[in-house]
Amino acid sequence: MSYIVCKDVTLGYEGKTISHNINFTVNPGDYLCIVGENGVGKSTLIKTLLNLKKPLSGEIIRGDGIKEYEIGYLPQQTVVQKDFPASVREVVLSGCLNRCGLRPFYSKAEKQICEENMERMGIAELKNTCYRELSGGQQQRVLLARALCAARKILLLDEPVAGLDPRVTMEMYELIKDLNKEGITIIMVSHDIDAAVKYATHILHMDNKPAFFGVTADYLGSSIYQSFMKKGGKEDE
Amino acid sequence: MNNMFDILSFYFSYPFVRYALIVGTLIALCSSLLGVTLVLKRYSYIGDGLSHVAFGAMSVAAVLGLSDNMVIVLPVTVIAAILMLQAGQKVNINGDAAIAMISVASLAVGYLLMNLFSTSSNISGDVCSTLFGSTSILTLNMSDVWLCIVLSVVVLFVYVFFYNKIFAITFDENFARATGIRAGAYNFLTAVIIAVIIVLAMNLVGSLLISALVIFPALSAMRIFKNYRMVVICSAVISVVCAVAGIIISILASTPVGSTIVVADLVVFLLCHVAGKIMAKG
Repeated sequence: MSYIVCKDVTLGYEGKTISHNINFTVNPGDYLCIVGENGVGKSTLIKTLLNLKKPLSGEIIRGDGIKEYEIGYLPQQTVVQKDFPASVREVVLSGCLNRCGLRPFYSKAEKQICEENMERMGIAELKNTCYRELSGGQQQRVLLARALCAARKILLLDEPVAGLDPRVTMEMYELIKDLNKEGITIIMVSHDIDAAVKYATHILHMDNKPAFFGVTADYLGSSIYQSFMKKGGKEDE
Repeated sequence: MNNMFDILSFYFSYPFVRYALIVGTLIALCSSLLGVTLVLKRYSYIGDGLSHVAFGAMSVAAVLGLSDNMVIVLPVTVIAAILMLQAGQKVNINGDAAIAMISVASLAVGYLLMNLFSTSSNISGDVCSTLFGSTSILTLNMSDVWLCIVLSVVVLFVYVFFYNKIFAITFDENFARATGIRAGAYNFLTAVIIAVIIVLAMNLVGSLLISALVIFPALSAMRIFKNYRMVVICSAVISVVCAVAGIIISILASTPVGSTIVVADLVVFLLCHVAGKIMAKG
C-alpha cells in the first residue's frame, strides 16, 4: 500500500491554476525528487502535501498508517531563525510537539526521542550550543533531527542544500541517502537536477507541460529531461 | 542611608504606593514575557502602534465621560492588535505602513478630541499624564489593582501552559503548522494578550513608553543568553528589577515614574550589550 497517492491534482490559488494533472505515488522506501523551474507550483505542492492547503481539484490519498501531519518537514530557513537565541536541544525537542496534544510539557519518552535523533544526526555534542552560532550544514542537521522527531516514516525536504557550500552539500546528500537506506521515505524538492538523478529512485518533473513522473532511469531517457538539459546548457554558455 | 529607608517606609505606609509597586511588578513581568516573542517575530513595532491606539481609545472614553474607560479601551486595543498582526504577516499590502498610519492617526484623533471636548481645566496636564503616565500609577484604587492581578495571573498561566507551542511557532511557524499546530489560533491569542498588557501598562509608564517595557528586557537578555528558556527567565528578572528600582528611585528622587523605569531598562540594556561583547571575545 502506498504512503501517498496524488490523483489528477490541480494546484493554484483562487481562480488561478498553477499546474494541473499531477499524478504520482509514493511507496515506502522511495526517494522521490521533485524538480522543475520556479513558478511551476513546487512550493504549492509542498503545502498541499503537508495538508496546509487544499488542492483545487483531484485528491491526495494517504495510506499505510500515514495520518495527517505525520510528514517530517524540513522547511527553508527563514530570516527569523538566523538570529534566534535557542539551544540545539530546544529546537530538536520542538519536533516532538505533535505528540503532546494538549499536554503542555514534554514527557520523558519524547526527550528520549529527541536525544536519539540528535545522536543520529551527529549533533549530540552540540546540544547546548546556540542555534545561531552553528554553520549552515549544522543548522540543517538540527532541522533534520527535528523533522525526524515529528515523523518516523516519511520526510519532506524543501531545498535542503540551499546556501550550503559544495562539500557540505555532498555530506547533506549522503546523510539523506543513509536515512533513505534506513527505510525512511524521502520526498525532496530541489533545483539540483544532477543530484536528483544521482540519488533519487523516482522523479517528478513539474513543468507547464504535463508533468513527468517515473523512475529515474525512465526520466533520463525522457524528452522533458533532454530538453531541460539542453536549455540549461545554453544558459550556461 | 537611614534617612533613605525612613523616606521609603514613610511612603510605603500609603496604600497607593504599595499598589503602584504591586501593579508595576506584575506589568513588568507580563510585558517582558511577551516581549521575547514579539522581538523574535520582528513585531516590536506592534507594541508601539497599539499603545497609540489605546491612547486614542482612552480619549474617546474621556470625552464620552465614562467612569470606567476600560470598557472602551480594552476591546478597541484587542481589535487593533488582531488587525495589526494580520497586516504584519502580509508583505504585499505594506503592513508596516498600515501600522504606522493607524498609530499616528489614533494619536492625533485622541489629542484632538481631548482638546475639543475636554471637561478638565488642565488639558496639557491630562495629555501629558496619559502619554507619560506620570501620575496615574499613583492614583490606582483597589479595583484597578485586582483587575491587574487577575489579568496578570491569566497571562502568566496561558504563557506557561503554552510555552512550548509558543516557542515552536516563534521559531518556525511553517514547521509548526505542518505538524498540526493551529498557529493562527496562537497568533490570535498572542495578539489578545499583548493588547491586554498594553492597556494595563498605560497606567504604569503611559502610552508613549510602553514599547520600552516590551522590548528592552528581551533585547537585554538576548545579548547574554543563548537558549530560549534562559532568555525568557532573564528577561522577566531584568524587567521586574528595573520596574521596582525605577519606582523606588522615582519616590526618592521625585522623578516621573514611567521615564525612570524606562531609563533603568536602558541602562541595563547597555550593560548587557557590553557584557555580551566581552563574552563573545572571551
